[in-house]
This record gives sequence, structure tokens and C-alpha cells, in this order.
Amino acid sequence: MTITWLIEWVNDSWLGFLGLPGAFILAVIIAGLAIFGLVAVHAIVAVYVERKVAAFMQDRIGPMGQGPGLHAGKWGLLQTVADALKLLVKEDIIPAAADRKLFVLAPFILFLGAFIAFVALPFSESLVLADFNVGLFYILAVSSFGVIGLILAGWASNNKWSLYGAMRSAAQIISYEIPAAISLIAVILLVGSLNMQAITSAQSGTVWGILPNWFVFQNPFTFMAFFIYFIAGIAETNRTPFDIPEAESELVAGFHTEYSGMRWAFFFLSEYANMFIVCGVAVVVFLGGWQSPIPGLMTGRIWGLFWFMGKVVFLVLIMMWIRWTFPRLRVDQLMNVSWKVLLPLAFFNLFGAGIWSLWLD
Amino acid sequence: MYREYGTVLAFILLGAILLMVALWLQKLLAPSHPSKLKQSTYECGEEPEGSAWVQFNIRFYVIALIFLIFDVEVVFLFPWAVVFKDLGLLALVEMGIFLVILFVGLAYVWRKGDLDWVKLRVKFARGRYHRIAENNAKHKV
Repeated sequence: MTITWLIEWVNDSWLGFLGLPGAFILAVIIAGLAIFGLVAVHAIVAVYVERKVAAFMQDRIGPMGQGPGLHAGKWGLLQTVADALKLLVKEDIIPAAADRKLFVLAPFILFLGAFIAFVALPFSESLVLADFNVGLFYILAVSSFGVIGLILAGWASNNKWSLYGAMRSAAQIISYEIPAAISLIAVILLVGSLNMQAITSAQSGTVWGILPNWFVFQNPFTFMAFFIYFIAGIAETNRTPFDIPEAESELVAGFHTEYSGMRWAFFFLSEYANMFIVCGVAVVVFLGGWQSPIPGLMTGRIWGLFWFMGKVVFLVLIMMWIRWTFPRLRVDQLMNVSWKVLLPLAFFNLFGAGIWSLWLD
Repeated sequence: MYREYGTVLAFILLGAILLMVALWLQKLLAPSHPSKLKQSTYECGEEPEGSAWVQFNIRFYVIALIFLIFDVEVVFLFPWAVVFKDLGLLALVEMGIFLVILFVGLAYVWRKGDLDWVKLRVKFARGRYHRIAENNAKHKV
């Protein structure tokens, strides 16, 4: 566990006079800043990549940084950095009609819900900040926390677009949470543990001698569970084709219509952090976590981190691909997909996985 | 064990502090000239008409209720899944009965049309969508 390791490291250094509480606080600050750096860098890079991917898919060239004033680097590489700086020096506007306290509180709840979920993600064999015995449950519980922030933002803005966006968004997120959780349970059946490292370790070795022994390949039911989870995950992060909450053509900007500057930036940051978490959970549960795709090849601490991040980035790119390929669903279609297709499918899948695991033993 | 949850608590505090620092930086760097027009609620450039805090469509409430039932069930499923391998067939059968009962509920809700976004299949109080449809049929619009 990384926090314990960091505490020992602090205690052994010249900072040893801090004692255990001081070392703990210092360790958490180091780890927290690292995670925040990861979230921020991921958002900045992912926004740039997303714009480029979108541009290439639509036969454009995307941001190139040819404007007057701040030059955004070659190929527009610094475009999103410039955007972030712009957000920092933007005026913070709180509408006079808004509920001021809730308006201020909402970004905190949404961001914290995404931020603290990173604590339980196993980045490599030894790199996990808090190795809970209920890790997967913790991540699911904490990341659904964000809905409250979302509803608060929509309600507090006192804006019709915001309220509509927030209500639709909440309805969508809670609807897709159930198929997502049930598809994950199909894997927990086979592992018998909620610990993220235990789930990862259950996927070492190979199936049929060729494919890595990941849960996507292990049996047909976990294969299907992966797709159910991934579709529900895209819906939970409010991305196209499930981006009805922020459908620009209908709802202006959904629940964050009234937000500007840094508060808006944190909404955006938590959206990209949520993407990372959804992909991270999919990687740990279905794609073998930090394990190498070819068993025995390039293993170890650093390679573990590399494989984990590589798989997450791969899934994030697939999310972008999906976003720029499919049109947006209608609200009623969205609810139909969740309640009438994914939910029964996830249930039958769960039963299949149960029978499969009994039959094999 | 406690150290893990302590880490989470410390992360909550740290995340809140980071956000506050960002907002404080913005306060230092960004201009602030509030005006009445700037602080008015956005409504496509028009004067905002009334408050947004109105009574909302009941369909969201129905979805919240269905969600609540299924979410509680998911909470039951988690511990069941963890010990599933030790209990074997008995656990599968028992959970099967539990889920079938719930599924009857889902089928009922489905049949009643509560899963549809626009509920047309209603017995009493047929709703305005139906009235619109009937009017349209009557006047051949």
C-alpha cells in the first residue's frame, strides 16, 4: 500500500521528527497532489486529443494555434493549456437569482466524488493508495455521489435549462448505475472478493494458451458483462451518444449553463476524471488491470503502471471514437436502452455467470 | 483498515482545499465587475420569465422509485456474490427466487407503461398527451 510506504519513507528521512500523524498528513498531501496532477494532466491531454480526434474524423485539422496573441504551440499542442489559463482569469459570475450557498457547494461535491474514487484504483502491483477489502464497492458508491452535486448545480442555478439538464442527467445516471453494477457482480461471483488487487490477480495466466486470462476472454458471460458495463459507463459519464443532459442544441449547456471560470473548469475536470475512473474500473475488472497482455513479458512495478495507464488510455480513445461516430439518442430511447435492454440482459448474464461457475467447479 | 478510511477522509479535505485554492487564485487574477445584467439568469437573451423552481414532471419521481428498489437489491447482491462460491447451488437458487419476485415487479412496471418516457397506456386521468392525440383525431389535424 502506497500510503504506508510513503509514511515509512517520510519517517526514515530527515523529516522523521514529524512522528506518525505528521508523516501521514505529508504522505497524503504528496499522494493527493500526484492524483490531482494526474487528473489535471489527463483532462488537459484528453481534451486536446479529443479535439484532434474529432477533427480528423470530420476531415478537419483541429486546433493549430495560428491565431494572434498567445501562440498555442506547434499543432496547437498548448491549446488546452491556454484554455485552462483563460478559465483561470475569467470573471466568476453567480446569478443574482441563484441559491448562492448551493451554487458554490455543487462543484465541490461533484469534484470530490470523482477525486476520492482514485484512492482505490490499483495503478500497479504495489501502487494503490488505499487497498480496501471492499474496493470495487467503494468506487461504485463514491462515484455515484456526483449525482447529488449535479442536481444541486441544476437546482441552485435557478435556470430552466440547468434544472432540465440536471433532472435528465440524474435520471440517466441512476438508470445506468444498475446495469453497470450487476454486470460487475457477474465477475465478483467468479472472484469471490471485492478487493481490486484480488480481482486483478484472478486474471493472471492464459486461456486456451493464447489469450491472456482476462475476464473479457474467460467465459462468454463475463465477455458480455464487459460490453454492458462499458455502455452503461459511457452513459454514466454523460458522453455522446448519451449526452442528453448537455445536449447543446436543446439545453444550452445542461446543468452547468450558469457556471463560468474555475467553477465550470472543475465540472469539466470531474467529467474527465469520471471517464478515467469508468475506464479504470473496466480495465481492473475485465482487462486484467496492471497485468501485461502477454503473460511474463514486461512485468514489474513500472511496467504495471505502464500497462494500466495504456489500457485506460485505450478505452478512453474508444470512448472518443464512439462519441464522434454515433448520433445522440432521444430521451425515451435512452430510458428504453437502460430499463428494457441492459437491465434484463445484465440479469440473465448474472445468472449465466453463476451457473457457469457452479458447472465448472 | 482505519488507515485506509483515514486516507479517504484526508483526500476529501485535500480535494476541497485544492478547489478553494483554485477559486482563490481566480479571485486574485480575474476581473470582477458585477452588474445587474451580467448577473441575470440566462434565458436565450430574453428577460427571464418567472422562477425555475417549479413543480416537475412526475416521471422523474417514478424512475427514482424504481431505481431505489433495484439499487437496494444490488446492495444485497454484493455480499451474496462474495460468498457465492462457498454456498454453491443453494445460493444461486435462493437469489434466483428473490430476483424472480423482483422481476415480476419490473414486468408489472413495464406492462403499466411506467418505463415509457411518455406514458400513453393509462386507464384513468389519461393525461394531456392523450388529449392532444384525441383532439387531433377529432379535428383531423
